[in-house]
Amino acid sequence: MADVRIDALSVTYHGVDADVPALGGVDLTLADGDSVAIIGSSGCGKSTLLLALAGLLAPTGGVVEVGGEPVSGPRLHTSLILQDFGLLPWKTVLQNAELGLKIRHHPVRERRAHAMDALERVGLSEFVHLFPSELSGGMRQRLALARALALDADLLLMDEPLSALDALTREDLQDLLLALWRDRKHTAVLVTHSIEEAVYLGRKVLVMTPRPGRVAAVVDNPGMGESAYRQTEAFYEKCAELRRLLASEGALHVGGVAS
Amino acid sequence: MKRTVQKALGYAGAAVFMLAFWEGMSLLLHSPALPVPFDAFAQVVEQFDKLVPQFGYSALRVAAAMAIGLLVGAPLGLILGRSRRADLVFGPLVFLNYPVPKVVFLPVLLVVLGIGNASIIALIAIILFFQILVTARDAARAIPAASVLSVRSLGADRWQVFTQVVVPGAMPEIFTALRIGAGTAVAVLFFSESVAGSTGLGWFVFDAWGRVRYSEMFAGILAMALLGVLLYEAIELAESRVCRWERAGR
Repeated sequence: MADVRIDALSVTYHGVDADVPALGGVDLTLADGDSVAIIGSSGCGKSTLLLALAGLLAPTGGVVEVGGEPVSGPRLHTSLILQDFGLLPWKTVLQNAELGLKIRHHPVRERRAHAMDALERVGLSEFVHLFPSELSGGMRQRLALARALALDADLLLMDEPLSALDALTREDLQDLLLALWRDRKHTAVLVTHSIEEAVYLGRKVLVMTPRPGRVAAVVDNPGMGESAYRQTEAFYEKCAELRRLLASEGALHVGGVAS
Repeated sequence: MKRTVQKALGYAGAAVFMLAFWEGMSLLLHSPALPVPFDAFAQVVEQFDKLVPQFGYSALRVAAAMAIGLLVGAPLGLILGRSRRADLVFGPLVFLNYPVPKVVFLPVLLVVLGIGNASIIALIAIILFFQILVTARDAARAIPAASVLSVRSLGADRWQVFTQVVVPGAMPEIFTALRIGAGTAVAVLFFSESVAGSTGLGWFVFDAWGRVRYSEMFAGILAMALLGVLLYEAIELAESRVCRWERAGR
Protein backbone atom coordinates (compact mmCIF):
# COMPACT_ATOMS: atom_id res chain seq x y z
CA MET A 1 0.00 0.00 0.00
CA ALA A 2 1.34 3.36 -0.97
CA ASP A 3 -1.28 5.90 -0.07
CA VAL A 4 0.19 9.29 0.65
CA ARG A 5 -0.77 11.82 3.27
CA ILE A 6 0.96 15.15 3.48
CA ASP A 7 -0.25 17.51 6.15
CA ALA A 8 0.91 21.12 6.60
CA LEU A 9 4.34 20.23 5.23
CA SER A 10 6.80 23.09 5.40
CA VAL A 11 10.48 23.08 4.49
CA THR A 12 12.96 25.89 5.02
CA TYR A 13 16.48 25.75 3.59
CA HIS A 14 19.22 27.32 5.58
CA GLY A 15 20.93 29.42 2.99
CA VAL A 16 24.28 31.16 3.19
CA ASP A 17 22.81 34.58 3.93
CA ALA A 18 19.27 33.88 4.99
CA ASP A 19 16.78 31.10 5.48
CA VAL A 20 14.88 30.30 2.32
CA PRO A 21 11.34 29.02 2.75
CA ALA A 22 10.74 26.45 0.02
CA LEU A 23 7.42 24.97 1.10
CA GLY A 24 4.93 26.81 3.22
CA GLY A 25 2.31 24.37 4.40
CA VAL A 26 1.36 21.82 1.75
CA ASP A 27 -1.53 19.40 2.14
CA LEU A 28 -2.02 16.49 -0.19
CA THR A 29 -3.80 13.18 0.08
CA LEU A 30 -3.44 10.39 -2.45
CA ALA A 31 -5.15 7.03 -2.44
CA ASP A 32 -3.08 3.95 -3.19
CA GLY A 33 -2.63 3.66 -6.95
CA ASP A 34 -3.53 7.28 -7.60
CA SER A 35 -1.61 9.51 -9.92
CA VAL A 36 -0.88 13.18 -9.41
CA ALA A 37 0.97 15.67 -11.57
CA ILE A 38 2.47 18.70 -9.86
CA ILE A 39 2.89 21.84 -11.88
CA GLY A 40 4.02 25.35 -11.06
CA SER A 41 6.69 27.88 -11.91
CA SER A 42 10.35 27.33 -11.13
CA GLY A 43 11.18 27.61 -7.47
CA CYS A 44 7.77 26.66 -6.19
CA GLY A 45 9.23 23.82 -4.19
CA LYS A 46 8.06 20.97 -6.41
CA SER A 47 11.37 19.15 -6.16
CA THR A 48 11.54 19.81 -2.42
CA LEU A 49 8.18 18.13 -2.07
CA LEU A 50 9.48 15.05 -3.88
CA LEU A 51 12.62 14.89 -1.77
CA ALA A 52 10.53 15.05 1.39
CA LEU A 53 8.32 12.25 0.05
CA ALA A 54 11.41 10.21 -0.80
CA GLY A 55 12.65 10.60 2.76
CA LEU A 56 15.79 12.43 1.67
CA LEU A 57 14.94 15.68 3.38
CA ALA A 58 13.63 16.26 6.86
CA PRO A 59 10.60 18.57 6.93
CA THR A 60 10.79 21.75 8.98
CA GLY A 61 7.19 21.20 9.99
CA GLY A 62 4.21 19.02 9.21
CA VAL A 63 3.70 15.36 8.47
CA VAL A 64 4.58 13.11 5.52
CA GLU A 65 3.14 9.62 5.57
CA VAL A 66 3.37 6.86 3.00
CA GLY A 67 1.38 3.71 3.48
CA GLY A 68 0.25 4.96 6.88
CA GLU A 69 3.79 5.26 8.18
CA PRO A 70 5.67 8.51 8.73
CA VAL A 71 8.56 8.91 6.30
CA SER A 72 11.84 9.21 8.16
CA GLY A 73 14.28 7.95 5.52
CA PRO A 74 14.34 6.20 2.13
CA ARG A 75 11.50 3.70 1.97
CA LEU A 76 11.91 0.22 0.57
CA HIS A 77 9.40 0.51 -2.26
CA THR A 78 9.65 4.19 -3.09
CA SER A 79 11.59 5.05 -6.21
CA LEU A 80 12.83 8.50 -7.16
CA ILE A 81 13.49 9.26 -10.81
CA LEU A 82 15.49 12.38 -11.55
CA GLN A 83 15.87 14.26 -14.80
CA ASP A 84 19.56 13.49 -15.14
CA PHE A 85 22.51 12.08 -13.21
CA GLY A 86 20.21 9.55 -11.65
CA LEU A 87 22.10 6.94 -13.62
CA LEU A 88 25.69 6.17 -12.71
CA PRO A 89 27.91 6.64 -15.78
CA TRP A 90 30.37 3.97 -14.59
CA LYS A 91 27.77 1.24 -14.45
CA THR A 92 26.38 -0.62 -17.43
CA VAL A 93 22.68 -0.66 -18.27
CA LEU A 94 22.24 -3.91 -16.38
CA GLN A 95 24.28 -2.76 -13.38
CA ASN A 96 22.28 0.47 -13.21
CA ALA A 97 19.01 -1.40 -13.39
CA GLU A 98 19.95 -3.73 -10.55
CA LEU A 99 21.59 -1.06 -8.39
CA GLY A 100 18.68 -0.69 -5.99
CA LEU A 101 18.55 -4.41 -5.37
CA LYS A 102 22.31 -4.57 -4.94
CA ILE A 103 22.19 -1.84 -2.33
CA ARG A 104 19.55 -3.86 -0.53
CA HIS A 105 21.80 -6.92 -0.60
CA HIS A 106 19.60 -9.11 -2.76
CA PRO A 107 21.39 -12.19 -4.08
CA VAL A 108 23.02 -11.79 -7.49
CA ARG A 109 20.83 -14.24 -9.37
CA GLU A 110 17.61 -12.74 -8.06
CA ARG A 111 18.55 -9.16 -8.78
CA ARG A 112 19.76 -10.06 -12.25
CA ALA A 113 16.43 -11.71 -13.01
CA HIS A 114 14.45 -8.73 -11.70
CA ALA A 115 16.59 -6.26 -13.60
CA MET A 116 16.31 -8.22 -16.83
CA ASP A 117 12.51 -8.34 -16.46
CA ALA A 118 12.40 -4.61 -15.91
CA LEU A 119 14.70 -3.89 -18.86
CA GLU A 120 12.50 -6.08 -21.01
CA ARG A 121 9.45 -4.04 -20.03
CA VAL A 122 11.04 -0.76 -21.07
CA GLY A 123 12.54 -2.22 -24.25
CA LEU A 124 16.20 -2.16 -23.28
CA SER A 125 16.95 -5.86 -23.01
CA GLU A 126 19.25 -5.77 -26.03
CA PHE A 127 21.43 -3.04 -24.57
CA VAL A 128 22.36 -4.46 -21.19
CA HIS A 129 26.12 -4.15 -21.64
CA LEU A 130 26.22 -0.56 -22.87
CA PHE A 131 27.09 2.38 -20.65
CA PRO A 132 24.65 5.28 -20.17
CA SER A 133 26.86 7.52 -22.33
CA GLU A 134 26.14 5.21 -25.24
CA LEU A 135 22.36 5.58 -24.90
CA SER A 136 20.05 8.25 -26.30
CA GLY A 137 18.21 10.55 -23.91
CA GLY A 138 15.02 8.55 -24.24
CA MET A 139 16.80 5.28 -23.57
CA ARG A 140 18.40 6.74 -20.46
CA GLN A 141 15.02 7.69 -19.09
CA ARG A 142 13.77 4.19 -19.88
CA LEU A 143 16.69 2.84 -17.90
CA ALA A 144 15.83 5.07 -14.94
CA LEU A 145 12.31 3.65 -15.12
CA ALA A 146 13.65 0.12 -15.31
CA ARG A 147 15.57 0.68 -12.09
CA ALA A 148 12.34 1.70 -10.36
CA LEU A 149 10.51 -1.32 -11.79
CA ALA A 150 13.28 -3.70 -10.72
CA LEU A 151 12.76 -2.48 -7.17
CA ASP A 152 9.11 -3.34 -7.48
CA ALA A 153 8.31 0.22 -6.44
CA ASP A 154 4.74 1.00 -5.40
CA LEU A 155 5.42 4.73 -5.18
CA LEU A 156 7.11 6.39 -8.14
CA LEU A 157 8.38 9.92 -7.60
CA MET A 158 9.42 11.61 -10.82
CA ASP A 159 11.14 14.97 -11.00
CA GLU A 160 10.68 16.31 -14.53
CA PRO A 161 11.85 13.01 -15.95
CA LEU A 162 11.09 13.87 -19.55
CA SER A 163 11.90 17.56 -19.79
CA ALA A 164 15.23 17.09 -21.56
CA LEU A 165 13.78 14.97 -24.34
CA ASP A 166 12.65 15.93 -27.82
CA ALA A 167 8.91 16.09 -28.45
CA LEU A 168 8.49 12.71 -30.15
CA THR A 169 10.57 10.75 -27.66
CA ARG A 170 8.71 12.54 -24.95
CA GLU A 171 5.28 11.43 -26.13
CA ASP A 172 6.62 7.94 -26.57
CA LEU A 173 7.77 7.86 -22.96
CA GLN A 174 4.58 9.45 -21.70
CA ASP A 175 2.74 6.54 -23.29
CA LEU A 176 5.12 4.12 -21.60
CA LEU A 177 4.61 5.80 -18.22
CA LEU A 178 0.85 5.63 -18.66
CA ALA A 179 0.91 2.01 -19.75
CA LEU A 180 3.07 1.02 -16.79
CA TRP A 181 0.84 2.90 -14.37
CA ARG A 182 -2.31 1.28 -15.73
CA ASP A 183 -0.67 -2.10 -15.65
CA ARG A 184 1.10 -1.96 -12.28
CA LYS A 185 -1.29 0.30 -10.38
CA HIS A 186 1.47 2.03 -8.45
CA THR A 187 1.05 5.46 -6.91
CA ALA A 188 2.68 8.09 -9.12
CA VAL A 189 3.81 11.61 -8.33
CA LEU A 190 5.08 13.49 -11.35
CA VAL A 191 6.63 16.93 -11.26
CA THR A 192 6.49 18.62 -14.63
CA HIS A 193 6.71 21.96 -16.40
CA SER A 194 4.43 20.89 -19.19
CA ILE A 195 0.69 21.45 -19.01
CA GLU A 196 -0.02 18.73 -21.59
CA GLU A 197 2.10 16.25 -19.72
CA ALA A 198 0.36 17.04 -16.45
CA VAL A 199 -3.06 16.52 -18.02
CA TYR A 200 -1.99 13.34 -19.81
CA LEU A 201 -0.41 11.69 -16.79
CA GLY A 202 -2.11 13.10 -13.72
CA ARG A 203 -5.50 11.97 -12.50
CA LYS A 204 -5.16 14.97 -10.26
CA VAL A 205 -3.20 18.04 -11.20
CA LEU A 206 -1.74 20.06 -8.37
CA VAL A 207 -1.02 23.70 -9.11
CA MET A 208 1.53 25.27 -6.81
CA THR A 209 2.24 28.88 -5.97
CA PRO A 210 5.72 30.39 -6.17
CA ARG A 211 7.98 30.52 -3.16
CA PRO A 212 7.19 29.45 -0.58
CA GLY A 213 5.29 26.71 -2.35
CA ARG A 214 1.67 26.11 -1.44
CA VAL A 215 -1.13 24.26 -3.16
CA ALA A 216 -3.05 26.83 -5.18
CA ALA A 217 -5.53 24.42 -6.68
CA VAL A 218 -6.18 20.74 -7.22
CA VAL A 219 -7.77 20.02 -10.58
CA ASP A 220 -9.53 16.69 -10.99
CA ASN A 221 -8.84 15.06 -14.31
CA PRO A 222 -11.11 12.03 -14.58
CA GLY A 223 -10.53 11.58 -18.30
CA MET A 224 -6.89 10.69 -17.72
CA GLY A 225 -5.87 7.15 -18.55
CA GLU A 226 -8.21 6.75 -21.50
CA SER A 227 -6.46 5.67 -24.63
CA ALA A 228 -6.01 8.48 -27.12
CA TYR A 229 -6.94 11.04 -24.45
CA ARG A 230 -4.52 13.43 -26.17
CA GLN A 231 -6.79 13.63 -29.22
CA THR A 232 -10.00 14.40 -27.36
CA GLU A 233 -11.85 17.65 -26.85
CA ALA A 234 -11.84 17.04 -23.11
CA PHE A 235 -8.04 16.97 -23.11
CA TYR A 236 -7.82 20.38 -24.79
CA GLU A 237 -10.38 21.84 -22.43
CA LYS A 238 -8.51 20.54 -19.43
CA CYS A 239 -5.26 22.01 -20.72
CA ALA A 240 -6.97 25.35 -21.29
CA GLU A 241 -8.43 25.30 -17.80
CA LEU A 242 -5.04 24.63 -16.34
CA ARG A 243 -3.41 27.34 -18.43
CA ARG A 244 -5.96 29.88 -17.16
CA LEU A 245 -5.34 28.78 -13.61
CA LEU A 246 -1.59 29.09 -13.96
CA ALA A 247 -1.91 32.50 -15.57
CA SER A 248 -4.06 33.79 -12.76
CA GLU A 249 -1.65 32.24 -10.30
CA GLY A 250 1.24 34.06 -11.93
CA ALA A 251 -0.78 37.27 -12.10
CA LEU A 252 -1.54 37.05 -8.42
CA HIS A 253 2.11 37.21 -7.57
CA VAL A 254 3.54 39.67 -10.06
CA GLY A 255 5.68 42.06 -8.11
CA GLY A 256 4.20 40.78 -4.90
CA VAL A 257 6.02 38.96 -2.18
CA ALA A 258 4.43 35.74 -1.13
CA SER A 259 4.04 35.83 2.58
CA MET B 1 44.71 -3.55 -32.13
CA LYS B 2 44.33 -0.48 -34.29
CA ARG B 3 44.86 1.70 -31.23
CA THR B 4 48.10 -0.10 -30.41
CA VAL B 5 49.41 0.43 -33.93
CA GLN B 6 48.42 4.10 -33.83
CA LYS B 7 50.17 4.50 -30.52
CA ALA B 8 53.35 2.78 -31.73
CA LEU B 9 53.40 5.03 -34.79
CA GLY B 10 52.95 8.05 -32.53
CA TYR B 11 55.92 7.09 -30.38
CA ALA B 12 58.02 6.31 -33.48
CA GLY B 13 57.25 9.73 -34.92
CA ALA B 14 58.07 11.46 -31.65
CA ALA B 15 61.32 9.51 -31.36
CA VAL B 16 62.41 10.48 -34.90
CA PHE B 17 61.60 14.11 -34.19
CA MET B 18 63.49 14.11 -30.87
CA LEU B 19 66.51 12.38 -32.37
CA ALA B 20 66.67 14.90 -35.22
CA PHE B 21 66.38 17.76 -32.77
CA TRP B 22 69.02 16.24 -30.52
CA GLU B 23 71.39 15.62 -33.43
CA GLY B 24 70.89 19.18 -34.62
CA MET B 25 71.49 20.70 -31.18
CA SER B 26 74.54 18.53 -30.66
CA LEU B 27 76.10 19.57 -33.97
CA LEU B 28 75.23 23.20 -33.25
CA LEU B 29 76.64 23.22 -29.70
CA HIS B 30 79.68 21.17 -30.59
CA SER B 31 80.36 20.38 -26.94
CA PRO B 32 81.23 17.06 -25.28
CA ALA B 33 78.39 17.77 -22.81
CA LEU B 34 75.86 17.04 -25.55
CA PRO B 35 77.04 14.02 -27.53
CA VAL B 36 75.29 13.01 -30.75
CA PRO B 37 72.54 10.40 -30.29
CA PHE B 38 74.64 7.73 -31.97
CA ASP B 39 77.28 7.89 -29.22
CA ALA B 40 74.59 7.68 -26.54
CA PHE B 41 72.98 4.63 -28.15
CA ALA B 42 76.40 3.02 -28.59
CA GLN B 43 76.81 3.42 -24.83
CA VAL B 44 73.40 1.88 -24.22
CA VAL B 45 74.64 -1.21 -26.03
CA GLU B 46 78.04 -1.19 -24.34
CA GLN B 47 76.67 -0.58 -20.84
CA PHE B 48 73.63 -2.79 -21.31
CA ASP B 49 74.64 -5.29 -18.64
CA LYS B 50 75.16 -2.47 -16.16
CA LEU B 51 72.05 -0.53 -17.18
CA VAL B 52 69.53 -3.35 -16.83
CA PRO B 53 69.94 -3.92 -13.08
CA GLN B 54 69.96 -0.15 -12.42
CA PHE B 55 66.78 0.14 -14.46
CA GLY B 56 65.28 -2.62 -12.36
CA TYR B 57 66.17 -0.88 -9.06
CA SER B 58 64.69 2.40 -10.24
CA ALA B 59 61.54 0.83 -11.66
CA LEU B 60 60.86 -1.06 -8.43
CA ARG B 61 61.44 2.05 -6.31
CA VAL B 62 59.11 4.22 -8.38
CA ALA B 63 56.45 1.51 -8.54
CA ALA B 64 56.58 0.97 -4.78
CA ALA B 65 56.46 4.70 -4.06
CA MET B 66 53.53 5.23 -6.44
CA ALA B 67 51.62 2.34 -4.89
CA ILE B 68 52.13 3.72 -1.38
CA GLY B 69 51.23 7.27 -2.41
CA LEU B 70 48.10 6.00 -4.14
CA LEU B 71 46.91 3.60 -1.45
CA VAL B 72 47.30 6.17 1.31
CA GLY B 73 46.58 9.40 -0.56
CA ALA B 74 43.53 8.43 -2.60
CA PRO B 75 41.28 7.07 0.19
CA LEU B 76 42.27 9.91 2.52
CA GLY B 77 41.59 12.51 -0.16
CA LEU B 78 38.19 11.00 -0.94
CA ILE B 79 37.26 11.03 2.73
CA LEU B 80 38.34 14.65 3.14
CA GLY B 81 36.34 15.54 0.06
CA ARG B 82 33.15 13.95 1.36
CA SER B 83 33.30 14.64 5.09
CA ARG B 84 33.14 18.25 6.15
CA ARG B 85 34.25 17.35 9.63
CA ALA B 86 37.33 15.44 8.53
CA ASP B 87 38.16 18.26 6.14
CA LEU B 88 37.90 20.85 8.90
CA VAL B 89 40.38 18.95 11.03
CA PHE B 90 42.84 17.59 8.46
CA GLY B 91 42.42 20.02 5.58
CA PRO B 92 44.58 22.77 7.11
CA LEU B 93 47.25 20.20 7.95
CA VAL B 94 47.37 19.11 4.32
CA PHE B 95 47.45 22.60 2.86
CA LEU B 96 50.07 23.75 5.32
CA ASN B 97 52.39 21.03 4.09
CA TYR B 98 51.34 20.91 0.44
CA PRO B 99 53.44 23.84 -0.85
CA VAL B 100 56.59 22.87 1.07
CA PRO B 101 59.09 21.29 -1.36
CA LYS B 102 59.33 17.82 0.10
CA VAL B 103 62.83 17.15 -1.30
CA VAL B 104 64.24 19.30 1.50
CA PHE B 105 63.25 16.51 3.88
CA LEU B 106 65.67 14.06 2.27
CA PRO B 107 68.38 14.72 4.90
CA VAL B 108 65.84 14.00 7.64
CA LEU B 109 64.72 10.82 5.90
CA LEU B 110 68.36 9.75 5.57
CA VAL B 111 68.82 10.13 9.30
CA VAL B 112 65.65 8.19 10.09
CA LEU B 113 65.65 5.54 7.36
CA GLY B 114 69.31 5.48 6.36
CA ILE B 115 70.88 5.52 2.92
CA GLY B 116 69.10 3.30 0.43
CA ASN B 117 65.74 2.08 -0.75
CA ALA B 118 63.64 3.16 2.21
CA SER B 119 64.63 6.82 2.03
CA ILE B 120 64.26 7.01 -1.74
CA ILE B 121 60.86 5.32 -1.76
CA ALA B 122 59.65 7.38 1.20
CA LEU B 123 60.59 10.69 -0.43
CA ILE B 124 58.81 9.90 -3.70
CA ALA B 125 55.81 8.44 -1.87
CA ILE B 126 55.42 11.57 0.28
CA ILE B 127 55.43 13.83 -2.77
CA LEU B 128 52.93 11.67 -4.66
CA PHE B 129 50.79 11.30 -1.54
CA PHE B 130 50.12 15.03 -1.47
CA GLN B 131 49.49 15.32 -5.21
CA ILE B 132 47.06 12.41 -5.21
CA LEU B 133 45.35 13.46 -1.99
CA VAL B 134 44.61 16.98 -3.18
CA THR B 135 43.30 15.74 -6.54
CA ALA B 136 41.16 13.01 -4.95
CA ARG B 137 39.70 15.51 -2.48
CA ASP B 138 38.66 17.92 -5.21
CA ALA B 139 37.29 15.09 -7.36
CA ALA B 140 35.20 13.77 -4.48
CA ARG B 141 33.80 17.24 -3.87
CA ALA B 142 32.87 17.68 -7.53
CA ILE B 143 30.66 14.60 -7.67
CA PRO B 144 27.16 15.73 -8.71
CA ALA B 145 24.77 15.93 -5.78
CA ALA B 146 22.11 14.28 -7.94
CA SER B 147 24.24 11.13 -8.30
CA VAL B 148 24.50 10.85 -4.54
CA LEU B 149 20.84 11.67 -4.08
CA SER B 150 19.64 9.04 -6.51
CA VAL B 151 21.70 6.33 -4.85
CA ARG B 152 20.60 7.44 -1.40
CA SER B 153 16.99 7.30 -2.54
CA LEU B 154 17.62 3.62 -3.25
CA GLY B 155 18.49 3.22 0.41
CA ALA B 156 22.27 3.41 0.22
CA ASP B 157 24.14 4.11 3.46
CA ARG B 158 27.24 6.28 3.61
CA TRP B 159 29.58 3.41 2.89
CA GLN B 160 27.57 2.35 -0.16
CA VAL B 161 27.48 5.91 -1.45
CA PHE B 162 31.25 5.92 -1.04
CA THR B 163 31.90 2.65 -2.85
CA GLN B 164 29.23 2.97 -5.56
CA VAL B 165 29.47 6.70 -6.32
CA VAL B 166 32.45 8.49 -4.80
CA VAL B 167 35.19 6.00 -5.61
CA PRO B 168 34.27 5.32 -9.25
CA GLY B 169 33.30 8.97 -9.79
CA ALA B 170 36.71 10.21 -8.70
CA MET B 171 38.66 7.42 -10.38
CA PRO B 172 39.47 9.23 -13.67
CA GLU B 173 40.89 12.20 -11.77
CA ILE B 174 42.95 9.93 -9.57
CA PHE B 175 44.44 8.38 -12.69
CA THR B 176 45.25 11.85 -13.98
CA ALA B 177 47.03 12.58 -10.70
CA LEU B 178 48.98 9.34 -11.12
CA ARG B 179 50.01 10.26 -14.66
CA ILE B 180 51.25 13.67 -13.60
CA GLY B 181 52.82 12.02 -10.57
CA ALA B 182 54.77 9.58 -12.76
CA GLY B 183 56.73 12.50 -14.24
CA THR B 184 57.38 13.99 -10.81
CA ALA B 185 58.37 10.58 -9.50
CA VAL B 186 61.10 10.03 -12.10
CA ALA B 187 62.46 13.55 -11.53
CA VAL B 188 62.61 13.04 -7.77
CA LEU B 189 64.05 9.58 -8.35
CA PHE B 190 67.07 11.12 -10.08
CA PHE B 191 67.66 13.52 -7.23
CA SER B 192 67.20 11.03 -4.43
CA GLU B 193 69.20 8.21 -6.06
CA SER B 194 72.10 10.52 -6.78
CA VAL B 195 72.17 11.61 -3.13
CA ALA B 196 71.03 8.60 -1.20
CA GLY B 197 72.58 5.54 -2.74
CA SER B 198 74.87 3.89 -5.23
CA THR B 199 72.29 2.08 -7.32
CA GLY B 200 69.58 3.02 -9.79
CA LEU B 201 69.43 5.09 -12.95
CA GLY B 202 69.70 8.36 -11.03
CA TRP B 203 72.97 7.20 -9.54
CA PHE B 204 74.12 5.87 -12.94
CA VAL B 205 73.57 9.27 -14.58
CA PHE B 206 75.11 11.20 -11.70
CA ASP B 207 78.11 8.89 -11.58
CA ALA B 208 78.76 9.17 -15.31
CA TRP B 209 78.43 12.93 -15.03
CA GLY B 210 81.05 12.96 -12.24
CA ARG B 211 83.43 10.97 -14.41
CA VAL B 212 82.76 13.32 -17.33
CA ARG B 213 81.51 10.41 -19.42
CA TYR B 214 78.75 12.30 -21.19
CA SER B 215 77.80 9.58 -23.68
CA GLU B 216 77.38 7.16 -20.79
CA MET B 217 75.34 9.77 -18.95
CA PHE B 218 72.99 10.11 -21.89
CA ALA B 219 72.62 6.34 -22.06
CA GLY B 220 71.28 6.59 -18.51
CA ILE B 221 69.01 9.48 -19.48
CA LEU B 222 67.58 7.38 -22.33
CA ALA B 223 66.86 4.61 -19.85
CA MET B 224 65.08 7.12 -17.61
CA ALA B 225 62.96 8.30 -20.52
CA LEU B 226 62.04 4.69 -21.24
CA LEU B 227 61.12 4.20 -17.58
CA GLY B 228 58.85 7.23 -17.77
CA VAL B 229 57.12 5.99 -20.91
CA LEU B 230 56.58 2.53 -19.43
CA LEU B 231 55.08 4.02 -16.26
CA TYR B 232 52.82 6.26 -18.28
CA GLU B 233 51.63 3.41 -20.48
CA ALA B 234 51.08 1.14 -17.49
CA ILE B 235 48.84 3.80 -15.96
CA GLU B 236 46.98 4.24 -19.25
CA LEU B 237 46.42 0.50 -19.46
CA ALA B 238 45.19 0.32 -15.88
CA GLU B 239 42.82 3.23 -16.45
CA SER B 240 41.32 1.72 -19.59
CA ARG B 241 40.66 -1.45 -17.60
CA VAL B 242 39.29 0.19 -14.49
CA CYS B 243 37.41 3.07 -16.13
CA ARG B 244 35.87 1.24 -19.07
CA TRP B 245 32.95 3.68 -19.21
CA GLU B 246 35.27 6.52 -20.17
CA ARG B 247 35.95 4.99 -23.55
CA ALA B 248 32.31 4.17 -24.18
CA GLY B 249 30.17 6.48 -26.25
CA ARG B 250 33.14 8.18 -27.85
